[in-house]
Amino acid sequence: MIAVDNLTKSYGPATVVDGVSLQLPQTGITSIIGPNGAGKSTLLSMITRILGADAGTVTVDGVDVFASPGKKVARLLSVLRQDTSMTARITVRELVEFGRFPHSGGRLTPECRAAVDEALAYCDLTELESRPIHELSGGQRQRAFVAMVLAQDTRYVLLDEPLNNLDMAHATGVMRLLRRLAEERGKSIVLVLHDINYASAHSDRIIAMRDGAVVHDGPPESVITPHALHEVYGMEFTVHRIEGDWIAAYYR
Amino acid sequence: MAVAAVGVLSVVSLAVGAAGVGLGELVGSDEGRSLLTLSRWPRTAALILSGAALAVAGLIMQQLTRNRFVAPSTAGTVDAATLGVLTSLLFFASAPVMGKVLISTAFALAGTAVFVVLIQRVQFKDVVFVPLVGLLLGGVYRAIAEFVAYREGLTQSLSVWTNGDFSGIIQGRYETLWLAGAAAVLAYAFAHHFSAAGMGRDFATGIGVDVRRVTALGLSIAAFTTAVVVVTAGAIPFLGLIVPNLVTMAIGDNLRRTLPVTAMAGAALTLACDILGRLLIFPYEIPIGSIAGVLGAVIFAALVLRKGNRYAHA
Repeated sequence: MIAVDNLTKSYGPATVVDGVSLQLPQTGITSIIGPNGAGKSTLLSMITRILGADAGTVTVDGVDVFASPGKKVARLLSVLRQDTSMTARITVRELVEFGRFPHSGGRLTPECRAAVDEALAYCDLTELESRPIHELSGGQRQRAFVAMVLAQDTRYVLLDEPLNNLDMAHATGVMRLLRRLAEERGKSIVLVLHDINYASAHSDRIIAMRDGAVVHDGPPESVITPHALHEVYGMEFTVHRIEGDWIAAYYR
Repeated sequence: MAVAAVGVLSVVSLAVGAAGVGLGELVGSDEGRSLLTLSRWPRTAALILSGAALAVAGLIMQQLTRNRFVAPSTAGTVDAATLGVLTSLLFFASAPVMGKVLISTAFALAGTAVFVVLIQRVQFKDVVFVPLVGLLLGGVYRAIAEFVAYREGLTQSLSVWTNGDFSGIIQGRYETLWLAGAAAVLAYAFAHHFSAAGMGRDFATGIGVDVRRVTALGLSIAAFTTAVVVVTAGAIPFLGLIVPNLVTMAIGDNLRRTLPVTAMAGAALTLACDILGRLLIFPYEIPIGSIAGVLGAVIFAALVLRKGNRYAHA
């Protein structure tokens, strides 16, 4: 379990995350939604200790992420960030091998190689393994980063807007992959999403933020409602039940 | 391939010299053997070591700053090292070579650290802007060095340190360079850490790499190697800039693979420049700094202007 307690971050007079406390489960998909500037990415960055907190604590299975050695934390949680535009010229396989760093410190063991092979196969990348990542399409690159996180083999996987810049086919592909990871591997996947309908269709739980605070937290049917969404985004929604999913419409 | 090039060029380097002693005589006669151990071998070894070490220093700096234009010569490292040697000469004239190296390393490290802090502070992280800051900073160090040197009548020494020349290398005058070689080997041990840091701070943090510590280690290695070369033979312009660029362009940014090739390519280019300098106006010599300066500038310009090059949109 990831326990977040009273986490706070301010930039000057602006408080971006304001005393957030929550618990993230050991399995399943948890989506964090909310308007721009709600503090979603900042919260995720602090949980993954990429950003220091002004106040509050984060523990992952009892390990304090801010006070513990980086490698120890990296064996418990992995993170995929928004900015995956890379200038480094490395191959898909080399990228995925980075995921083994917390386990072997760069010297790959046979076990590591097996994990890398498996991650590549799982994400359907075996044929692309020797391609440089900067030559991949957005969807392929996102899959390569997911494969890296998979090779890192942590219980908790946190992703910041993994669907950014992906078309529908690729976005759905990535979401299905994450769903499989959660179901088949029993991982806990936490992701920041802008598209509330992807969140609704794939999540076990949705956390809605506004102004640095959590305003709604629960299964899709309790958060994807006209009333709750209005509170979060300040606009009108209609919600439809389509093939078992709660789908929000807000286009007109 | 790079290893073969270094092998062939080493033999040529051993064979070329003003004394007109061929390879056969070098090993065949007593006179030849003493020439070999006193002058030809030290020079060749010095060339290989400084070339390899400077190229590796450039590669590490390029990775850690995530900018392909950052190298010892464009980040103020060489100028700070020069200021360091000058200081050691003025205040600790009787210090042994190692003492001078350490003082120069301290200056190089401090000088580069200022650069790194500066580029972390500025918001505007343009590919070209970053090395420009380094060049400006280097200019400041250089100006201080020149002012002091002028007052103390040491301006000639300055050019000795900044414009490499291996003609004075004989037995007993190059051995410190083995330390630069050792530093390059140490760098190889941490190659993976440098690669990870080169992927960006957030990325590296995510996989448990302490970027701060890795950067400190990498810059220390780069500063130390630069200082050793500056003290012993003088810096070789452009080397730390173009060799890592050429190599990473060909085989990518995975340092486990790239670092040894960079070292070999650096050694090969240094040997080639030195041999050229010895042959062009034989039996006189053009210092390697001048040859490398001209050749390096041409290669560098070609790299920057290359059609569809990755700098345009990097």
